[in-house]
Amino acid sequence: MLYRVGAFVISLVLIGLVVVLSGASPITVIGRMLSGAFGTADQIGRVVATLSPLLLCAAGLVYTFNAGLYNLGVEGQITFGAIAATLVLRLLHPEGASASLAPPPLTIALAIVAGGIGGVLWGLLAGALHVYGRISEIFAGLGLNFAATGIAIYLIFGPWKRPGVASLSGTQPFDESLWLGTFGQTEATPVALILGLIALAITIVVMRNTYFGLRLRAVGKNLRASYVLGVPARRQLLSAFFICGLFAGVAGALQVVGVFHRLIPNISSNLGFLGLLVVMLVNFDPRWILPVAFFFSALNIGSLQLPLSLGLESSLSGVIQGLLVLFALIGRGLAQRYGRKLEH
Amino acid sequence: MEFNQLLVILATAIAAATPLVFACIGETITERAGVINLSAEGTVMLCAMVGFVVAKATESVWLGFVGATVIGALIALIVAYGTITLKQSQIAIGFVLALLCSDLSAYLGNPYVRIPGPTVPPAFPIPILQDIPLIGPLFFREGDVLVYAGYVLIAATWVYFYRTRGGLTLRAVGEQPAAAFARGHNVVALRYAYTLIGGALMGIAGAAFSLDFKAGWSYRHTAGYGWIALAIVIFGGWNPLRAALGAYLFGILQSLASVAQSAIPDVPTQAFTVAPFVLMILVLVLTSGDWLDRLLSYLPVSARRSLSRALRTAPPAALGRPFEQD
Repeated sequence: MLYRVGAFVISLVLIGLVVVLSGASPITVIGRMLSGAFGTADQIGRVVATLSPLLLCAAGLVYTFNAGLYNLGVEGQITFGAIAATLVLRLLHPEGASASLAPPPLTIALAIVAGGIGGVLWGLLAGALHVYGRISEIFAGLGLNFAATGIAIYLIFGPWKRPGVASLSGTQPFDESLWLGTFGQTEATPVALILGLIALAITIVVMRNTYFGLRLRAVGKNLRASYVLGVPARRQLLSAFFICGLFAGVAGALQVVGVFHRLIPNISSNLGFLGLLVVMLVNFDPRWILPVAFFFSALNIGSLQLPLSLGLESSLSGVIQGLLVLFALIGRGLAQRYGRKLEH
Repeated sequence: MEFNQLLVILATAIAAATPLVFACIGETITERAGVINLSAEGTVMLCAMVGFVVAKATESVWLGFVGATVIGALIALIVAYGTITLKQSQIAIGFVLALLCSDLSAYLGNPYVRIPGPTVPPAFPIPILQDIPLIGPLFFREGDVLVYAGYVLIAATWVYFYRTRGGLTLRAVGEQPAAAFARGHNVVALRYAYTLIGGALMGIAGAAFSLDFKAGWSYRHTAGYGWIALAIVIFGGWNPLRAALGAYLFGILQSLASVAQSAIPDVPTQAFTVAPFVLMILVLVLTSGDWLDRLLSYLPVSARRSLSRALRTAPPAALGRPFEQD
């Protein structure tokens, strides 16, 4: 415990040091970030809008992490989910048409389902490369991330380009009837938040109380031993990719129907990588995801105020998140290495 | 297009691949010792920023390179301490550092965005060598100091790997650390050393971007190159010569992409940056499954062995695993 607290304190000191190095006062920065995240209803709405897909991604990553997999491909799974959702929206509401072929709520629901399917496809592709092709899931995932972004950019500039001029700002925005409803005038959508919370709740139950969760952890702890003891290891690994892809794909669809209302090249907004940091920080235990994900979302939104009010770069949120996770890992390592010696 | 013009385009592309060569050789050395430094993306970016800032402040390009090298080695030191001493996951530590250092470069480098700074002295041809047909104009005419230093690095690394005792030990540490330890080698110290050397080379790669081939600093100035370097190391099968070849090939692909861009304007250049990753996956599929062996079994025995050796790209056996000294 001592080592973990010590490492945490060091990370706080380093964060302060970085802020001072950029010529600002840590107190001012904390104040601005707090007011930037919670100052107005609009800002709180944006925190919730960031939190919802982050919860989905983090919940999905719990499965892959517990199976011993580093699913760095989660970004691509979000992106491909968003592409699939956009495809369905375009099919059901062709560009220039005055109304969609199905009632808007059904269209939106189908788009979210399509997003899930798209994410599953991309997740299983990484899974198949790993399980059957014996390729490290890390590099398969990273490669597929770039491939998904490549496809998105191709679609935005090619077949789905805006009438007139194609640009990196994305496809033509969808008809407002296809936008997900929000809390008041904010950016936060109830549907996304509920889906995120449901995904997280299911994950907590599955990991704690089911045989499936136990087998997943067994595979993650020792693949060979669990296989010898009769756990269908391949199926277990593929289901982890399946579930993570599903959640990430839904998150991607929500980015399309709830946040951006169109397909943009960076549709994932790096939420997949942020989800990886969240799950690493809580040491793969889903019960702590909600508070940490909320804190990280608040950092992201709060830091957006920094360029406007203090002339600082908003990447400070990433620096804080990164330092916290890095020193959590180092603290864990120190406790494992030196903590035990004290006990003996 | 005239042949000579094409040669100049290719030569420029080869020269421009120099930062990637440094990064790929650095990562190859580290991985050959059994450590994955997944922080490449962040290391290259942060070192590009530091190199530029130091060079700007001291008015000396070379001090910029020194600064970048030191920071690259420092980041590698965190990787080494976290993974070798504390035995945490190499992927976890490296990945967090990749994100952290990218964000740090954006945050701290903010005041230096888009301002002019010092650059490496201009290109010069190498006498005698530049007159070799084909090779001369491709490799020895359009380069500056860094380009030629890159050639020396590639050759030196290859010789060290495969023709010296130290290189043999390096490879043993990555393949069979327990055996190397039993032979009296200090596995932990060697892994530290090669991780630091690899990180330092990645630092040079970063400064090579900001002080030479992509001069200046901007938000996420070298975005993507670190991940590409990691892909090329696999593409190169952990062999310095093949990794360097991969880096040059990528440079040529990129410049051909911008030529193709004008021919097919519908496809944006960004789509072409996907190519190395798709290639990497294909190479991995082709070389790491057992069906390469099945395919080769149709060939006569004599051809089989040499082809298998040329195509097979098995990673170092102990890559990514901590060394447990019993």
